[in-house]
Amino acid sequence: MKTEYKRVAYYPGCALEGTGHAYNKSTREVGKALGLELDEVKNWNCCGAMEVKNIDPKVQTYLSSRVLSIAANEMGAQVVMAPCNGCYHNLKKAEHELAHDAGSRDVVDRISRKAGHATYAAGQVETIHALDWIKDGIGEVELKRRVRNSLKGLKIANYYGCMYTRPRHIFPEKDQGAGTESTSQPHFMDDLLAAAGAENVDFPLKTACCGGAHVLSDSDTSTKLVLNILRAAEAAGADVIATECPTCHSGLEMHQVRAEKVLGEKTKVRMLYFTQLLGIALGLSPRKLSVHENVSDGIAVLKEKGLA
Amino acid sequence: MRSFAEIEAALAGPPLAAETLLAIAEEVLERWVIAREETPAVEVREGFRLLALHRQGTRGTPSFNACRETCREIAYHYNLLREETGAALLEQRQRMMLLLVKHLLLFVSGKLQVAGLGDFCCASRPLRLESS
Repeated sequence: MKTEYKRVAYYPGCALEGTGHAYNKSTREVGKALGLELDEVKNWNCCGAMEVKNIDPKVQTYLSSRVLSIAANEMGAQVVMAPCNGCYHNLKKAEHELAHDAGSRDVVDRISRKAGHATYAAGQVETIHALDWIKDGIGEVELKRRVRNSLKGLKIANYYGCMYTRPRHIFPEKDQGAGTESTSQPHFMDDLLAAAGAENVDFPLKTACCGGAHVLSDSDTSTKLVLNILRAAEAAGADVIATECPTCHSGLEMHQVRAEKVLGEKTKVRMLYFTQLLGIALGLSPRKLSVHENVSDGIAVLKEKGLA
Repeated sequence: MRSFAEIEAALAGPPLAAETLLAIAEEVLERWVIAREETPAVEVREGFRLLALHRQGTRGTPSFNACRETCREIAYHYNLLREETGAALLEQRQRMMLLLVKHLLLFVSGKLQVAGLGDFCCASRPLRLESS
């Protein structure tokens, strides 16, 4: 176990204050239940997401570096935890750029001085995902010990999306053998939910693209990509798709509705954040975990399985 | 050369054998390679031309790697189907392989549509290169 994960600087990111509110709520509740402390990054800003990155990647690197700088230099944090795949990816990318690209370092230093805060230097903090936080902060053995409401009987397809492990070079800690995360076959969410009693199904589209980037240019492609993921989860026998990213989660939920309306294709599989599922296993109520905020009717499947 | 709509229609029809599904997956990647004004690879990688085509398609476009695991899963399911003799599992794996090939088709057709806008995903190929 990593003791430094017991208390981390928390970077929720923009999505968790909006469409991903249920993820924010359930992450905080699960942390509380497990005795893992979250110290929200003060006055945080957008990580640069996709929009800024496409216009000027170095400005995106600065935006992410500012978050890391506040955590390191103003809060004295060692670890920053980001539950959103997009934020996590961008913070890791900024870390990589600052470690390997002098041009990025110059731009970040120049803007940081102008903005009046300390320049972030690569390596000052460690950036982790919510999955790392629970997997290495608590671990499966301890998690199993704390389960009050086993997810036994619930079949889960774990969906990691495409940004959690790509591109491989910005995640040097992954693919380091036993106990580390895999970039080709990620398993941390599978491990945690198995410890909570769930049955993970073999899901070959666990890192496939959900079409998030096509939403503006071509909604039909996104809908078809999502529908294909939902169909694959159902074909694998899943009751639920577990998610660990607000963008993936919203995409799956919204396009499930759109697939039915526009394409007349109905699917039954439901989407729940992995933190909501862990919370249920820890004995927390669905309301406390904001399951009622999901578009997809998670309560129904939890009731059907005797979990709510 | 078939259009993506024609390929999609073929996938929606009667069940297809593993060999046919693999050939369709290769056809999809060939389309991507040709659109980049290259000649599709004919060699194999780890026993599959599909994987060689994927590698070729990724050169210079790292975000195309977002379909790497889909290609590898197609190859894996092809191998499973060649070994499988039980009717129930055979049907399920065939369906899964079809869904994987369909995913590849949708991903590549989407990538071709947004190619003019730049990549949005894990490694951006920014618009700024075109504007500068």
